[in-house]
Amino acid sequence: MARVTMTVNGKAVAGEVEGRTLLVQFLREGLGLTGTHVGCDTSQCGACVVHMDGAPVKACAVLALDADGAEVRTIEGMASADGTLSPLQQAFQDHHALQCGFCTPGMVMSAAALLAGNPRPSEHEVREYLEGNLCRCTGYHNIVKAIMAASGQGAAIAAE
Amino acid sequence: MYAFEFTRPQTVAAAVAALKGADAQALGGGQTLIPTLRQRLASPARLVSLAAIAEMRGVAAAGGVLTVGGGTTHAAVAREAAAPFPALARLAGRIGDPAVRSRGTIGGSLANNDPSACYPAAALAAAATIVTDRREIAVDDFFRGLFATALATGEIITRVRFPIPARAAYAKFLQPASRFALVGVFVAKSSAGVRVAVTGAAERGVFRWTAAETALAADFRPEAVKGLRMAAEGMIGDLHGSPEYRAHLVGVMTARAVAAA
Repeated sequence: MARVTMTVNGKAVAGEVEGRTLLVQFLREGLGLTGTHVGCDTSQCGACVVHMDGAPVKACAVLALDADGAEVRTIEGMASADGTLSPLQQAFQDHHALQCGFCTPGMVMSAAALLAGNPRPSEHEVREYLEGNLCRCTGYHNIVKAIMAASGQGAAIAAE
Repeated sequence: MYAFEFTRPQTVAAAVAALKGADAQALGGGQTLIPTLRQRLASPARLVSLAAIAEMRGVAAAGGVLTVGGGTTHAAVAREAAAPFPALARLAGRIGDPAVRSRGTIGGSLANNDPSACYPAAALAAAATIVTDRREIAVDDFFRGLFATALATGEIITRVRFPIPARAAYAKFLQPASRFALVGVFVAKSSAGVRVAVTGAAERGVFRWTAAETALAADFRPEAVKGLRMAAEGMIGDLHGSPEYRAHLVGVMTARAVAAA
């Protein structure tokens, strides 16, 4: 076992982990942050996407010890302390961008990473950016709508 | 995943030392290796993460040469090579997906030499030099067939030097589930001539299409490769495409790369 320390959603955390402990296991089992989901377990589906030092990563394909000292943000860190949803999360709700909700944490974290670097993406850019996030319910269209709305471009695909 | 000892050295020298001894394995961004470990297809006794080695990161252009640190992520290459070597930046920006590009590294990709990976095509077409902790390897001597390279056990790619071509482009026919190349062709034209490197297509991994190079050296237009036929023999055949299909795609993607260069 080895000691790992990192900042998760603004809070300094530490724990004892094995070399083989994945970041997603540390978040879910070590810290109880079960909002980050494990979908495919083969780093294809994107349900486990979190931000590590500002960049989106698949938490099932990063070792916890490789995140030592990193700044990590998970879906639990998206809403305000009083529970008010972030504009992006609110847009997901308003546009019915989820059905079963399993992929949603990863979708929101990927979308947040996109908007952080590209605040007004085109619809094509949104769809391309989500290529590592799989959703088996929605057909993606409402997810794209929600992200466009969150970027202040609600009307851009309203006609479709 | 089987248990292993994990170390995360800060320097190349410390990493080389940690890789000595039986059954140690270097870990780049882990986007191939971690899923491989999880499927128990590999079971190293010790994993040496290269992620904390600052001297192995970064992109620098000088004197017509782009130098990329072996630990530089695809996302960083997509961003930082955009001005000096746009064809390489575009290639890096289409590997995997955004989350994979945040972690995956150029050194990891070249060392793994997946027959469908994108970077081997860029390195081979641009006549890159692979710089390791102990020597420099010309790319023509580097790739040794499926998942095999000239790297010795415990040898680390610290830098990759690309002579920046006068004209270059990468055309990738995406396999949408894996986002690897079903067939990818990198075309590079420089004062030394034209080099055409093909990935995704052949069972032996990345290779140069010399017939196309000769034709394009005489006439650098998509039409120049129209009459050329790639033989289906030795091409990969799987549920995504037959050897004949891939052989045909090599010609199509070469023409597209030339048109984009």
